[in-house]
Amino acid sequence: MRVRLRDVAHARAGDKGDTSTVSLVALDRGDYDWLCLEVTPTRVQDHFGAMVSGPVVRHEVAHLGALNFVMHRALGGGVTRSLAIDPHGKARSSWLLEMEVERPG
Amino acid sequence: MVRIGEGAGYSGAWLDPAVALARDGRLDYLLFECLAERTIALAQAARRGDATAGFDPYLGARMEAVLGACAAGGTRILTNAGAANPAGGGDLVVTIARRLGLHGLRVGVVTGDDVLHLLDPASVLDETGETLASLGDRVISANAYLGATPMVEALADGAAVVIAGRVADPSLAVAALRHAFGWGATDWARLGAGTAVGHLTECGPQVTGGYFADPGRLDVPGLARVGYPVAECEADGTAVITKLPGTGGTVTRATCTEQLLYEIGDPGAYLTPDVTADFRGIDLVQEAPDRVRVTGATGRPAPASLKVVVGYRDGFIGDGQVSYGGAGCLARARLAGDVVRERLASLGRAVREVRIDVIGWDSLGGAPPAGTPEPPEVRLRVAARVDTRQVADAVGREVEALWVAGPYGGGGATRSVREVIAVGSTFLDRTRVAPVVTVREA
Repeated sequence: MRVRLRDVAHARAGDKGDTSTVSLVALDRGDYDWLCLEVTPTRVQDHFGAMVSGPVVRHEVAHLGALNFVMHRALGGGVTRSLAIDPHGKARSSWLLEMEVERPG
Repeated sequence: MVRIGEGAGYSGAWLDPAVALARDGRLDYLLFECLAERTIALAQAARRGDATAGFDPYLGARMEAVLGACAAGGTRILTNAGAANPAGGGDLVVTIARRLGLHGLRVGVVTGDDVLHLLDPASVLDETGETLASLGDRVISANAYLGATPMVEALADGAAVVIAGRVADPSLAVAALRHAFGWGATDWARLGAGTAVGHLTECGPQVTGGYFADPGRLDVPGLARVGYPVAECEADGTAVITKLPGTGGTVTRATCTEQLLYEIGDPGAYLTPDVTADFRGIDLVQEAPDRVRVTGATGRPAPASLKVVVGYRDGFIGDGQVSYGGAGCLARARLAGDVVRERLASLGRAVREVRIDVIGWDSLGGAPPAGTPEPPEVRLRVAARVDTRQVADAVGREVEALWVAGPYGGGGATRSVREVIAVGSTFLDRTRVAPVVTVREA
């Protein structure tokens, strides 16, 4: 069944220089395993498209049901230089939650 | 048990929740984390214009509001609000303490984070690959991230208030815990645990329900009177994250998980001046409403180098905006953007980069999927990075001129110009950085 990540997870985005970090946390820890299979670094990079030059690195914290995506060259040169209206990329969290995934069963 | 509260989380954070913590928190330590990565460069620029400036502009208001209650309750204050001028900030705190009748109050000042004179001109900025030398006189500042040690020294010397500049955010909590529990500077496991506590609380309400709400899905009660965080810390490094009874917000496993991962990159190697913290084994347990127990953080030896944040002038950004509504608004905004882009092209090489967004359509993410209906209103935004203030001003004027020359129905045109103080990072061997601690009496 197709669902949006917003239906099964919450997220928070932050910045360090030109690197965007976005966490993705399962609302129900039981969804973590299939989220790991669906929300791969490659798919996240595709989802963000031209916004992220990459690479995208994924860190896993299984017992918290959380994934942490570290996206390089992703903030237009960094908060102070970016021309974007959201130079910190704070809204990237909600953008990640728009991603569609296949929920098993 | 040691009670630590965070009274800010960023320079502009609300003051009243901090006053509540000072008055009702029964705190041992009240922290004010006020210094974002780029703030120190802006503060250095301010100090160049006025030698008495350069510390956080709200430091005085904060101290006026909490110093009396903290002194009465035995709560010690640690802050990085000294920014580019900790000594000036310390002077201000002494003045306020005397005015409040707190004679004898000891105020510690930590300096030595300003390392501009120590950097090799061949140092390379991590983000752009440029050398310091190539930036020449555009360089404003270079501040190394200091750790907890100088603040621990100030506390050991009896400081009731410690004013630092560029210390790492979680180091404020680590300093409090090292002093309170006597943890050594190489007790890596406990320093890692203390860093987790510092990281969870350093953004203030971001762990107590702030920055979390999504109505109907993730509801948070009483955001307008959100309580700032309190960490109840044990000598073994474990802690409970909570907030004052009766305040708004919520402390749950979910709010703590989001904050734990916030801006850290690799949870197995969160680098600070104090320790290489390892958060992978952390467990968060909701032991009661608004109480989350944190266990399992640890750490390894601190990195050999300190991160240095370099601030430099990097041209100007000119910005112009105008709104369109009703049917066809999207096409009119795009036409307006095309007109401005063509006009800016005539300015030639003085315009280094142009970005055109349609707010309400594609300004935060990418373009919406095909078939997305046109919104009822949109706002065109044109931003350009340019070399001079004059050209930056021209960018906004080109947008404003759409009043008479652009598509029909444009309204609410605004424009702005700002100088870009960019920040980059480089690294410095920690043995070359020598923090200085001075403690004086009010």
